[in-house]
Amino acid sequence: MNKQSNSELFTLTYGALVTQLCKDYENDEEVNKQLDKMGYNIGVRLIEDFLARSSIGRCQDFRETADVIAKVAFKMYLGITPSVTNWSPAGDEFSLILESNPLVDFVELPDNHSTLIYSNLLCGVLRGALEMVQMAVDVKFVQDTLRGDNVTEIRMKFIKRIEENVPAGDE
Amino acid sequence: MADEAPFQFLHSEVIEYIYKSADSGEENGRNITKLENMGLRVGQGLIERLTKDTARFKDELDIMKFICKDFWTCVFKKQIDNLRTNHQGIYVLQDNKFRLLSHLSAGKQYLEHAPKYLAFTCGLVRGALSNLGVKSIVTAEVSVMPACKFQVMIQKS
Repeated sequence: MNKQSNSELFTLTYGALVTQLCKDYENDEEVNKQLDKMGYNIGVRLIEDFLARSSIGRCQDFRETADVIAKVAFKMYLGITPSVTNWSPAGDEFSLILESNPLVDFVELPDNHSTLIYSNLLCGVLRGALEMVQMAVDVKFVQDTLRGDNVTEIRMKFIKRIEENVPAGDE
Repeated sequence: MADEAPFQFLHSEVIEYIYKSADSGEENGRNITKLENMGLRVGQGLIERLTKDTARFKDELDIMKFICKDFWTCVFKKQIDNLRTNHQGIYVLQDNKFRLLSHLSAGKQYLEHAPKYLAFTCGLVRGALSNLGVKSIVTAEVSVMPACKFQVMIQKS
């Protein structure tokens, strides 16, 4: 009961947040942006928590990163294991397919919020977390069960490696 | 535990958002109220699922004990450490290591920020109680970080 109830706490709190944002902002686009921003703020801190708990070393490549995200991180924090599919030929883009999305349990989008990306926080979290390990990525939802799709699909694209800041004088 | 982390991070970020988005002249009270109201709704939803299969409660004290044990364990993975009451509708719930405060330093300078981190939970308790048919006012105070006390005043309707 504990595990389920704890994810309900998160799900319900997330719902209350989205409701508050919809009250505060006039349009869905603003809410989406805010969710992404908040997710980013969470991501840059969550990565430390993740690295401390999982003792995963540096990933060798983007494929390994994808596996760690799906099989370790999602499992650890949300109790689900998305599948990693639809790799681009260049190996710089992939999809996470979520059969179920804990954030949307019991949620229905009202009619006047057709462009709301309800779970957009997740995109920000992934983006922020990866930035802290020197990866600039683009993350977005391409399918959403809340909007009538069969599955929820998050598309992740590797943009570039972020150079670590080297203090001046440290050659 | 890892699965507590998402809520804790989200809770902190919600507080940041409420305070950042407030107008500069806005009083602290309004922000505390916003946080409390969010907690209220979550508490109502949570208690509904928690008590789906529970037998009816004997009395008010029974309800408070449930909050201290089952509800607190569900939300914070631990029980309330101490429950006191004057048997006249006032209950004090003491948590010696409140999860949502443990990331704040124990220094005095953080005491003034502590109320922000208690507001949502006050709402949570009030919401849980309201769905159990108990009307209340819930306040909280920090004595020594990270220990805090939640005071529940039952309102007779």
